[in-house]
Amino acid sequence: MANQGPAYYSPYPTATYEGVITPPEGKALLLEEVVEEEKAMREVARVMLTSENATIFPGPQVLYAYNEEASKKATLIKEMAEVLNAKMIPMYDYRPKYPKIDAEVEINPNHPNLTIWHNKIKAAIFIGVHCHYANVALKIVRAETDCYTIAICGLSGHEDAMATLRDQHSSELAKFIKIAREVKSELKL
Amino acid sequence: MSKITDMTATKNWSGQTLVTADHMLFEAPRTKHFMTGSEVLKEAVKRCTVDASVSYPITPQSEAAHLIGELWAEGYVGMYFRGENEFGVMAEVAGCAMAGSRTITTTSGPGTLRAMENFPQWSGTRIPCQLILMARGINSPLTIQPDNLEVTFMLETGCMIWYAENVQELFDMSIAAFIVAEKPDVHVPIVTVVDGFFVSHTRESVMLPEDDIALFPYEPYKSPLPPIDSETPPGRFLRDPFVMKSNYISYATHASWQWEVRSAVERSRPYAEHFLGGLLHETGDLDAEIAFITCGTASHQAKEGQRELAKLGIKSKVIKLRTIRPFPTKELVKSLEGIKHAWVPEFNVVGWLEKEVKTALYGKSDTNIIGGPRVAGGMSLPAEAIIQEVMEVLNPGKGA
Repeated sequence: MANQGPAYYSPYPTATYEGVITPPEGKALLLEEVVEEEKAMREVARVMLTSENATIFPGPQVLYAYNEEASKKATLIKEMAEVLNAKMIPMYDYRPKYPKIDAEVEINPNHPNLTIWHNKIKAAIFIGVHCHYANVALKIVRAETDCYTIAICGLSGHEDAMATLRDQHSSELAKFIKIAREVKSELKL
Repeated sequence: MSKITDMTATKNWSGQTLVTADHMLFEAPRTKHFMTGSEVLKEAVKRCTVDASVSYPITPQSEAAHLIGELWAEGYVGMYFRGENEFGVMAEVAGCAMAGSRTITTTSGPGTLRAMENFPQWSGTRIPCQLILMARGINSPLTIQPDNLEVTFMLETGCMIWYAENVQELFDMSIAAFIVAEKPDVHVPIVTVVDGFFVSHTRESVMLPEDDIALFPYEPYKSPLPPIDSETPPGRFLRDPFVMKSNYISYATHASWQWEVRSAVERSRPYAEHFLGGLLHETGDLDAEIAFITCGTASHQAKEGQRELAKLGIKSKVIKLRTIRPFPTKELVKSLEGIKHAWVPEFNVVGWLEKEVKTALYGKSDTNIIGGPRVAGGMSLPAEAIIQEVMEVLNPGKGA
């Protein structure tokens, strides 16, 4: 991830075209730098706590209680939102919205920029979104907004986000919440 | 005949012990066999816990398809059937893979083109199926001879493309191919190419692990898209038709989707490096000033040329590309350091590999890239033809 913000409104160049790919197991990605997971968690917490209208976008994998892990994650994400003073706007569906999305109440992977523009969101966490739709959305957000995007992914991560945490299950979310509390305390927020 | 049982944590439905790809490819003891490419593909599929295979006859891949059918009869492959034609086969492969099956098919030559619309559809829907392409060329005039013209049509489909030189590579690649294609951050189809007849019908020595082990099954819930599953949410609420409603979405979505598919191919690089031992492979005199850039059986012929040139006191090396998508640009630039002239011998009329090489190297290498020698329509590519091309550059006007 070399650039943050508008890139001529085209998703190109994507991060992989600049030689940046998903981080290896056990590591995280901050822009184009592979870093330790804890370092990335601290930076993610700092950005979320200090950016205007910081928002969490929970996706279908944590919105529907289709297994025990999804339920656990959903509970932790609510706690995470409280710690980060973040709003929550769901991505509950991947179908394009016609004739018009209600940008105040939902985000959609086919035009995620509309929700970010409307709500003036400067930092956002994508979590529980299937990887392909997260990648499609993150490329558009990167091209068309100045929002700092964070992917908290249960699988391999997303190089088009500005910060990527991979293999994030409920135990890792609990660790992140703990770190976020520490950062919040350090920032005296 | 295998005994069909329920899958357990340690055994698949045919009773084979489940192992990782690393164990299968790098650790399991191997014994020597003497097999054709078609026969060795059967052995590979037998060890891959394959859920589904769809077939349609066309030379030279028909025997491979028949042999996978035998695996179904023996209880090693979950489902096997013949499509109505190649278009139908590839559409049915898509259906199987979207439903969460590890799926394989085979085709050749004109069958590839008949099915063409399906390949970008495969990659666009992020299915990790495998096509074994036993190349034979494209008519007209109708050819059933060694030629790999159809590969050029596959280059921009969004699929990964690996190219095996021989029977051993076909075995190892077709096993690794499933695993790389199924990685969650890759998860696009893979086309494993071999040259028809030269590999499919030629018996060679090959080292195989025992057949009582097989890969762990595919885990569809690690898919980047929800698998089609009408019983398990969130899939049933969310899956949009994969041909999206273009009137309702932004151009940015289409653009982002297409770049994402190609990004997925890029993400396969570290996995391919691990399983293939590098995206390219060098043989010959590594300090040479001339080289051959090849893939498939052209590599074999170039190696013969390299050995003959060595007898004449001329050093050369062969740079065999194992992956075409992703294209090993960085590795090729490094391999060409110090090389003055590099030839690209090919078994097709258009020189698709020469074009790929020149595009990748433009502005990145000072090596003089020379297309050829090039044969087509089933002609052989003797070492003498390669030596002649070299001598015309090194010793102009005087020949070999």
